Amino acid sequence: MNSADFEMEIELLIDAIYRKYHYDFREYAMASLKRRLRTAMLRFDCSTLSQLQDRVLHEPATFPMLLDFLTVQVSEMFRDPGYFRALREQVIPLLRTYPSLKIWVAGCSTGEEAFSLAILLREENLLERTQIYATDINVRALEMAETGIYDVDRIAGFTDNHRLSGSKTSLSDYYTAAYGKVVFDRTLKEHIVFSDHSLATDSVFSEVQLVSCRNVLIYFNRELQDRALGLFEGALCRKGFLGLGAKESVRFSAHADDFIEVARENKIFQKRGSI
Amino acid sequence: MAADLLRRSIDAIVIGASSGGVEAISALLPALTETMRVSIFIVLHVPRDRPSGLVELFNYKCVLPVREAQDKEPVENGTVYIAPPDYHLLLDKGPRLALSCDEPVHYSRPAIDCLFESAADIYQNRLLGIILTGGNEDGAAGLAAVKNAGGVTIVQQPDTAQMSVMPAAALKRCTPDFVLPLVDIVKFFTDLKNGF
Repeated sequence: MNSADFEMEIELLIDAIYRKYHYDFREYAMASLKRRLRTAMLRFDCSTLSQLQDRVLHEPATFPMLLDFLTVQVSEMFRDPGYFRALREQVIPLLRTYPSLKIWVAGCSTGEEAFSLAILLREENLLERTQIYATDINVRALEMAETGIYDVDRIAGFTDNHRLSGSKTSLSDYYTAAYGKVVFDRTLKEHIVFSDHSLATDSVFSEVQLVSCRNVLIYFNRELQDRALGLFEGALCRKGFLGLGAKESVRFSAHADDFIEVARENKIFQKRGSI
Repeated sequence: MAADLLRRSIDAIVIGASSGGVEAISALLPALTETMRVSIFIVLHVPRDRPSGLVELFNYKCVLPVREAQDKEPVENGTVYIAPPDYHLLLDKGPRLALSCDEPVHYSRPAIDCLFESAADIYQNRLLGIILTGGNEDGAAGLAAVKNAGGVTIVQQPDTAQMSVMPAAALKRCTPDFVLPLVDIVKFFTDLKNGF
């Protein structure tokens, strides 16, 4: 397939999705979008992207399925244990000084990161005064997150990660297993609100002390990265914290000067105290 | 054979390997010379949960700078980029590097297919793709994409590879321009040094 034609078809499809469904992928990084759309074409048995576009526009069931290809990230609980260890050691002591806490998990997908943070906060005796906002653009992923149910075969990996994160308890304290699934403790979920929010088109909704947004910005182009980082800067209180993915940074963005690095290796940044 | 390749212009080389790949790539890198203008991208399957140490090791073997690939970094000539553990490395317009944590391909992240297919899109027929030793089938589809885009393809002769599964899978999927033992791939690089 001609690469230039394919890129043209991508642009047309993305524009069609934006106009019909108001999901904005126009400033997503092209390389990953291309790969995901190629996979989607195979899955939907379409030989061209224009064919897929036809279905997206005319078959109501197609778009939600395509949205999964474009957005769903299979994450893990306590992914990159060093990040959670750094939160525990360098961020939690400061969060402890606030009478109440609000935390934003941006791009939460199916909820693994939000539940991980809830567990960490419970271990640190902070969950009772914390509200976690976990947001994503994929409503189906949010519905799955809301259930707190995961396949039991993923638990071994989650448990290893949790142990390496400097945990004070056993992960098994927080879930019940049955019928090949585990369900996480309802009292964790009482502190998490899952909701629909787009970093591309929506605005700040609350002041928070910590934003955790990992492996989301790599899918955005520079302009959209700047927009998202602007939202985080706007949402964070003075000296609030921002956690990014292992290969992400504020360094090359328009907001580089708004943050200082507090854990270089683990990508934790702090909003500057004064202008 | 290098002479055929010299007639055309190659801007980038993509290399994929798995088991036995550290040794194979360590043998290949010393053949690169300072005057080479080509950009080189390497996916080597590594354990996901610790720093791979490949950048330090390969820097020691190679006169060209070897760096871990950073997301959205513009590609420089005469530089060797290594995919970081647990991220796919792709090429994007510019050309720029792109990372993703999409699902593993053939149980691998980074995956050779992701690098090769995206590089084929960007570099088209100005790309050389090389599949070396390895224990799974990652890279076969990627090499086919390089070939389809008009790029040059080399597969390590399977019976000379430490693990034959990966090169054999690549041969099953497409007929590369060259099937060579590692020593001849090294020689290929040496012969080409003035051309790149």
